[in-house]
This record gives sequence, structure tokens and C-alpha cells, in this order.
Amino acid sequence: MHVHFLDPYRSGHSTIHQLDARIKFVLAVAFIFITALTPIAAWPVYILLFALAISVEVLSELGVGFVLRRAVLALPFILAALPVIFTIAGPALFSLSIGPWTLTATIPGIERFVSIALKSWISVQVAIVLATSTPFPDLLVAMRAVHVPRLLVAIFGLMWRYLFVFADEALRLIRARTARSGEADLAGLKAGGSLLWRARIAGGMAGNLFLRAFERSDRIYMAMVARGYDGEVRAAPLPHLRPVDWVILTVALTSLLSLLIFAFLFWG
Amino acid sequence: MPVFPLSAPEPMHIPDGFLSAVVSIVLWLLSILVIAYSLKRVNQDLGERQVPLMGVVAAAIFAGQMLNFTVVGGTSGHLMGAALATILLGPWAAMLVMTTVVSVQALIFQDGGLLVLGANIFNMGVIGVAVSYFVYLSIQRLAGGKSWGIFTGGFLAAWASIFVASLAVALELAFSGTSPANLAIPAMAGIHALIGIGEGLVTAGALAMIYATRPDLLRADRQKQAGGAALWVVGLIIALALAIASPLASAYPDGLVRIAKQRGFLEAAQGPVYQIIPGYILPGISNEALATILAGIIGTLIVFGIAAAVAYSKRNRKTVQN
Repeated sequence: MHVHFLDPYRSGHSTIHQLDARIKFVLAVAFIFITALTPIAAWPVYILLFALAISVEVLSELGVGFVLRRAVLALPFILAALPVIFTIAGPALFSLSIGPWTLTATIPGIERFVSIALKSWISVQVAIVLATSTPFPDLLVAMRAVHVPRLLVAIFGLMWRYLFVFADEALRLIRARTARSGEADLAGLKAGGSLLWRARIAGGMAGNLFLRAFERSDRIYMAMVARGYDGEVRAAPLPHLRPVDWVILTVALTSLLSLLIFAFLFWG
Repeated sequence: MPVFPLSAPEPMHIPDGFLSAVVSIVLWLLSILVIAYSLKRVNQDLGERQVPLMGVVAAAIFAGQMLNFTVVGGTSGHLMGAALATILLGPWAAMLVMTTVVSVQALIFQDGGLLVLGANIFNMGVIGVAVSYFVYLSIQRLAGGKSWGIFTGGFLAAWASIFVASLAVALELAFSGTSPANLAIPAMAGIHALIGIGEGLVTAGALAMIYATRPDLLRADRQKQAGGAALWVVGLIIALALAIASPLASAYPDGLVRIAKQRGFLEAAQGPVYQIIPGYILPGISNEALATILAGIIGTLIVFGIAAAVAYSKRNRKTVQN
């Protein structure tokens, strides 16, 4: 089987890998939903949620470090929440003087900022485990199970199939550009041309990619018609869920819900 | 294997945790409605060709986002693709393509969250496409079929799609209590006014390449048939509403919170409602608010001007025909 560096799936035989994709998908979304609903500064609940995420990472045998490293990717967005430290009223913690401005950090402000950062960080970990422990075709089955329109699932599937072809094509275009514009790996050496020129070249490459996509989609359509495609997206019936899957789903959803009730009782 | 920046962390894909549950769900519902309608429309227009075309173009846009170019220092620009997809495929198909791209980015690469996926689809797929469509079609009509309309229209459509979508992101963050409106909106608008230029240049470059090789794909009647006047108006309304709402929200952030409170947006897990601290004085804040409002008014006037010009030119053409 061709393994592409873009595909995040890591094969394995762990409990998490063997769990039905539909169960995983629903539980991951439920977990993120519960995390979003958890009140600000409900620290013990965050710790429990984090512990849950870590346990899933351990169970998945993907390596906790691997997941945590990938989870850093979503962190730059935290800048958007930074001003909140200074704009919420409350007891002041410290003041910063930047030129003529005085920024006063408040305790509720910091609580909100840290809560947002933690929620985001915990959520993205769960999403990473879902993506790395589930092959994409299984995720498509999960989407069908939660009644995403069949046409849309078919489009997702086709996109996935050609994603790697076009990613390779894009890399070839980039390599060709690098070769032609004499880009050397030396510090201080500029890649050729003005900004406008560079943007136009990148645009030309994007247009090229688009045209190839159009033409390829024609050929794919012909091939599909030749194999009897008539516009109807047919898919094999969904396999039945085992009783044990239902048990896992119920237990997990109940515990997530009770965690939320607990959070609202004490911090809501 | 060289590691390419697959998805440079850009402020357009909101991760989970940054939007309140209520905002996320409302935007999910809106997105689902629009997706259902586009599926119907695309099914009518394209029929059985839609699955291969949409899927492959979505893959190409995804890969197209890898094509970056150095702007200055270590920063680089790359394509979002909403405008390009709108111009080449028509708005409904473009909405489906952007939905597919954004969904796969979230599901597989954690570029954007899962619970907030509805919001990301709405910002990039619905708002980005509707605004592109409105701007591109308007410029095309102004140009009266001359080729400069394609490139200018493409550039402006791409710029506007990024800019307006970023206003939507900032408003959503403010509604969720994640980022104060008076800081988030000018910051997002400022950054994306620049990022939009990169998007505009790349889009215009792509259109120039396609115009040279396959001009039939850019024929003026294609988009008109595909979208219709209703979507043009929707694009206008979205652009206007966001251009007016953002400076207002930015000038009166506590007003936004009041609305949010009235509508029950904030109480869902949001704890204390934030206020501007009385002792928190920004010298020149009134000027800043004024500047934002002025920018909004100028933008609105431009949009109105374009709309009026389009209406005028259309009437002229009709009288000529008569």
C-alpha cells in the first residue's frame, strides 16, 4: 500500500484503533462539545478532561509525546484571546506599561485566557487521536452513519483519493520553480524577482493545478461512466454495531454528561 | 522528505475552544441549510458530473494551498481559493468545494476545530464565496465583457473574500467572549487587508494563466447562469452587514455584549460578562473608533457605488437593446 506523508493515519492494533469508527467519531465530537460547554475556570473538570484525553492517547499506543507535539500546531491562534487578560473587570494582578498605555491584567481575565487555551489544547488532542487512529474511509462510514448527505460523503471520498495525486503535483511544481529561479539554500540570497512577480508565478502554478484538475475530473468521469456510473451514489450498507460498541457508547456518553453536570453544579 | 508547511497556521481557521457552544451551533445550522441548498442546485446544474468535478477540484484547492510565495522575511502568502473556485465553478459548486476543503482540513489535519467546523465552513465557504461572487460579477458587468474585468474582478473578489471573512471571524470571537471586539476587529481587519492582497495577486495570476490557455472556462455567462441575482444580493448584504456591524461592534464592544446577553449567547458556559475596565484608558481610543467607523463608511460607500454603477450600466444596456 502506498503511504503518503500527508496521510496522518498511523496503523496499529490498539483498543482505540479497533474501536468502531462511528463510535470514535461520535465520542470525539461529544468530548469536544462537552469541553466547549464547561464553564470558565472549572479547573478540576479541565484536569479530568485532560486525564481522559491522556488515557485515550495511552490506550491508542500512538505515543503521548507524538500527540502533544502535534497539538502545538493549533496554539498560535491563542494570540486572538490574549487581549481578554486585560479587558475583563476584576481584581488587578499586575500592570504593564507600554509607552503611553497601561494594561492591567485581572484575575478573571487570566482565568478566562487560560481556560480558552486549555479547552483548545485538550480538544485538539482528541481530534488528533481520531485522525491518526482511524483510516479516512472509516471516517467516511462514520459520516454516513450520522447522516451527512451521501453526495457530500462521496465528494469527500473522491477528494481524499486525489488529494495525494495533487499534493504530489503541487510539490513537483514547487520543485520546478525552485530549480528555475535558482533558489539556493544560502542565507541572504533572495529568491528571484519582485513580490508581484513571485505572486504571479504562484498564481500561474495554482491556475495550472486547476486546469489539470478540470481535465482529470473529465477523465475520471468518463472512467466512472464506463463502469456503469449513472449519478446515483451507491454504498454498501453500514455494518451493524456490536452490542459491546453500544455499551461503550452509552457508558462514555453518560460519564461525559455527568462530568458536565458536575462542572455546572460547582462552577456554573 | 522535505517538510512543507501544509497548513501555515493562519488566523482564518478557528480551532475548538475559541467559540462558545451557542455560536458554534447557530453557525452549524446556517451552514447546513446553505450546504443542503447548494447540493440541490449543483445537482440540477451539473448532474452526475458533480461528484468527480467537486472532489477533484477540492483536492486541487487543497494542494493549491501548498503553493506559497515569500512575501517578506519569513512570512509567506498562500491561497485560500474561495474566489478562484467561485469564478471557475460558480457559487454553489464553490460552496460545496470549500465545504469539502475546510472539512477535510479540520478532520485530518486539525486545521480548524470540529465543533467550530460549522463556523469555519460558514466563514470561508458561505461568506467567502458569496462575497467573491458579488464582487466578481459586479466588476465583470462594469467591464462589459472586456478582459480587464476578469483580472480586476478576480483580484478584488479574492481580497474582499478574505477581508469580509476575517471580519466575520472577529465578530464570532467577540460574540463568544473570546476576544474583545474593539481589539479583535481592527486587528483581524488589518492583518487580512494585507493577506487579502496576496490572495488577490495569486488569484489574478491564476486567472491570467487560465485565460491564456482555456479562455472558455472564464466566459462571462457561466457565472451568471450559475448564481442568479438572488445570491448577488445576498453577497451584497453580507458585505454591507459586516462592514457596518464590525466598526459598530468595535466602537461599542459593551453594546455587543449587551446584545449577546439579551440573546442568551453568553450565558452558555461563559462565566462573568466582560466589561471595559473603567481604569483601563487607551489614549486615542476615540480616534481609533472613529477611524474604524470611517473605514467602514468608506468601504460601504465603495460597495454602494459599485452597486449603483452596476444598476446604472445594466439599465443603460437595456435601453440600448430596446
